[in-house]
Amino acid sequence: MTSTKTDPIYVTEALIAEDIDAYLDQHQHKTMLRFITCGSVDDGKSTLIGRLLYDSKMIFEDQLDALTADSKKVGTQGQEIDFALLVDGLAAEREQGITIDVAYRFFNTEKRKFIVADCPGHEQYTRNMVTGASTADLAVILIDARKGVLVQTRRHSYLCHLIGIKNLVLAVNKMDLVDYDQKVFDQIVADYSEFAKSIGIESFTAMPISGFKGDNIIGSSENTPWYTGPNLVEHLESVEVNSARDAAKPFRMPVQWVNRPNLYFRGFSGLIASGSVKVGDAVRVLPSGKTSTVAKIAVADGQAALPVVTGSDITTEKYLELVSGIDEAVAGESVTICFADEVDCSRGDVIALADSPPQAADQFESTIVWLNDDPLQVGRAYWLKLGTQMVSATVHQPKYAVNVNTMEHVAVKTLELNAIGVAEIVTDKPIVFEPYADNRTLGGFILIDKMTNSTVAAGMLNFSLRRSQNVHWQALDISREAHAGLKNQKPAVLWFTGLSGSGKSTIANLVEKKLHRMNRHTFLLDGDNVRHGLNKDLGFTEADRIENIRRVGEVAKLMTDAGLIVMTAFISPFKADRDMVRAMLPEGEFIEVFVDTPLSVAEERDVKGLYKKARSGALKNFTGIDSPYEAPANPEIRVDTTAMTAEEAATVIVDTLLGDL
Amino acid sequence: MSRTLTHLERLEAEAIHIMREVVAESEKPVLMYSVGKDSAVMLHLARKAFYPSPPPFPLLHVDTTWKFQEMYKLRDKMAKDSGMELLVYHNPEAQEKGINPFDHGPLHTDMWKTEGLKQALDKWGFDAAFGGARRDEEKSRAKERIFSFRTASHGWDPKNQRPELWNIYNAKKNKGESIRVFPISNWTELDIWQYLQLNDIPIVPLYYAAKRPTFEWEGQLFMADDIPRLEKVLGYRPEITEKSIRFRTLGCFPLTGAVESTASTLPEIIQETLLTSTSERQGRVIDKDAGGAGMEVKKQQGYF
Repeated sequence: MTSTKTDPIYVTEALIAEDIDAYLDQHQHKTMLRFITCGSVDDGKSTLIGRLLYDSKMIFEDQLDALTADSKKVGTQGQEIDFALLVDGLAAEREQGITIDVAYRFFNTEKRKFIVADCPGHEQYTRNMVTGASTADLAVILIDARKGVLVQTRRHSYLCHLIGIKNLVLAVNKMDLVDYDQKVFDQIVADYSEFAKSIGIESFTAMPISGFKGDNIIGSSENTPWYTGPNLVEHLESVEVNSARDAAKPFRMPVQWVNRPNLYFRGFSGLIASGSVKVGDAVRVLPSGKTSTVAKIAVADGQAALPVVTGSDITTEKYLELVSGIDEAVAGESVTICFADEVDCSRGDVIALADSPPQAADQFESTIVWLNDDPLQVGRAYWLKLGTQMVSATVHQPKYAVNVNTMEHVAVKTLELNAIGVAEIVTDKPIVFEPYADNRTLGGFILIDKMTNSTVAAGMLNFSLRRSQNVHWQALDISREAHAGLKNQKPAVLWFTGLSGSGKSTIANLVEKKLHRMNRHTFLLDGDNVRHGLNKDLGFTEADRIENIRRVGEVAKLMTDAGLIVMTAFISPFKADRDMVRAMLPEGEFIEVFVDTPLSVAEERDVKGLYKKARSGALKNFTGIDSPYEAPANPEIRVDTTAMTAEEAATVIVDTLLGDL
Repeated sequence: MSRTLTHLERLEAEAIHIMREVVAESEKPVLMYSVGKDSAVMLHLARKAFYPSPPPFPLLHVDTTWKFQEMYKLRDKMAKDSGMELLVYHNPEAQEKGINPFDHGPLHTDMWKTEGLKQALDKWGFDAAFGGARRDEEKSRAKERIFSFRTASHGWDPKNQRPELWNIYNAKKNKGESIRVFPISNWTELDIWQYLQLNDIPIVPLYYAAKRPTFEWEGQLFMADDIPRLEKVLGYRPEITEKSIRFRTLGCFPLTGAVESTASTLPEIIQETLLTSTSERQGRVIDKDAGGAGMEVKKQQGYF
């Protein structure tokens, strides 16, 4: 082993034994650094982490016994200890000998506590690496000295840079296997510099190491006298952490929870994302823009005992005096802020420095990392969670995806698992944000599938699109009310949904005839007819079906603006898409009509012969056969075509509609 | 100008943030309270997170009836001090069959704890349960998410975990699913001890060394907490000697081995912990079942 005598670990150990109070005092004041290690299976990543844990005494005797036994059984290092076995956690991973998930490990040195995210390196685990990188202050990029800068090195560096990691360490590992040759090291550093510059990495720190032998991990190695830079641990102990950087920015705190124990106290709880705040500071609540001053920063002290109210003449002022608090709080702290005035504020709002508040917008350019097996559905509504804000959002067709190995931009229609792309994103209401490069909390978001509730993507807002502000609504003199008033009716959309052959078009047609006879102004948008014109460029993939519905929804909306009663007859199999149209229209104007016909009955009818084609495989993505139909849970109107005729169904619908209108 | 937070301050803020997210986004959260040192930290964090309101959820103790007497005492006191409702659950089947650690081995944990926990969560319909598990405790925990989803039958699928990025948590559940939430995932044993010390948080006196009646069983040292009951299940009266002992971890008294020690203050305990090279859970028998994958298998079956 090449650890030198000045090893800080042994100094620490002596301190624990001799003066535990001094040690605890030191430990108490340590800062924390989170970092990730990136590299492929063969780069010795797990070995390096195992080494860090081992050298900092984070492996206990019984674990070591198990490790020694395991090393002999399944290890890859012969009779020597295989440190990799310490960190490859799940049973399946141990069997396969690869790391497939992010594992978190902990160790301490004299100055810092460290959390290491051990991330898998293969391309199919891009999402795991992005996950690990999202909380990291620093990344250690491992290179096998025998192999130099590889495709995977570029990929890992790109991902770290993308996620905004400012401190990069290029650890040229396995130096023992190239005889600690300086020329090898210098060549690798030169190659890497060129690449780093090309993708905008401003700086990095390179060091020659051996995770297996312990060179330049703790203490400087006698094997590399030509290297005068810091050793790995020394470097990890001294770099700036993100929270320190965040503290220098303007104050922002997303509100998590409104704390209201009684009539006298109303506080807004959250984790400070950036900057600092003092009692008396002028603050602004966003998106409302209302201002107030900070009356109290409530933080429990000691035993966190609740304030004891005595006497009956309690007031807000008196109660606030009973609540313990602090004068100033900084980025990274969880606090509860009270205002001097009654200002509306709730979960999802952001409290910011009054003079330099963040903006709100509803259209953005974003960089998206797709994390799910089901690809992005362009135009479909997903939940978007950013800070504590949760809104509905749709993603446009990506402008391009990035080939993570070559950094080339590739034209794509969607984003598949592990793909990274740039796309516009539109939210259903404005969100308070800052570009990700300025503020991770107000710029980083996740997308959640509304059906499965899975986290399907991670994204970073690059900037807001001014278009939403520039395309103003033209104020029209003849309002939608005036249009409708002249026709003496209330506009509405009767949205017929059901399987192919359920009878949507037939019934919608009958409904229109009845309304027409009653002097109502109507229009019927039929699925087949629309596909001959407006939507003839669309096919039947899931993405195209969503776009089909979106366009029909927009057209129906324009027609209601003109005062019409619109009927649409589309299979519209997905709840999310129907809800999208519902959200476009004023409350009460979207009337979902579920034409409820069992698959067996519809298939039996097979008016257009489509089921037959689908069953034979000649027609793909056919609803009910090889594509799902999500029946409405609570339609405004449901007609059961096995229990009534089309004529009867039409009567029910007209009665309900006119009864409502 | 502004100061850099210490690691404990950051860990505390992170845990509080997680607890508030759960309260904001779930319907019926509960704090799993086992009266151990990790539970003590969890309870303190909950009180800080919602101050000056009491934590807006109850404490749940899934009891095995085999806890140390001192644990029951502290449990009741802490519930009272925090102003929280205390719910105690005993698996009726385990009670009826007289399941105990001596005769039933792994079945004891399975019935009282794993099954008991599932039953308790179902009984009150909790959709999110806070637990004090830490990633440094055990290998499979190292990869578990902070928001860990369980199926309707409380199973854990390690291959199908939701990605967790930044500090954004997705708390949306599918029908029948519930969440186990681990706010102190990133703490180490040393952090726990130091946090207890800095905040002067009461813990069960058994953590501190004192002269106590002990007996040896299957090569480990145990405390004779309830001698008549011990005698009944062992079928004999164990030989009892008085020794200065303490516990590194507290489970059921026959499942938790004691260590001989004279550490009677927190700094002394920390000192001893740091200088002995034996990892914390070694005192617990549970991890050794089913080879190296013991805990992983237990978790898939619904153990916390």
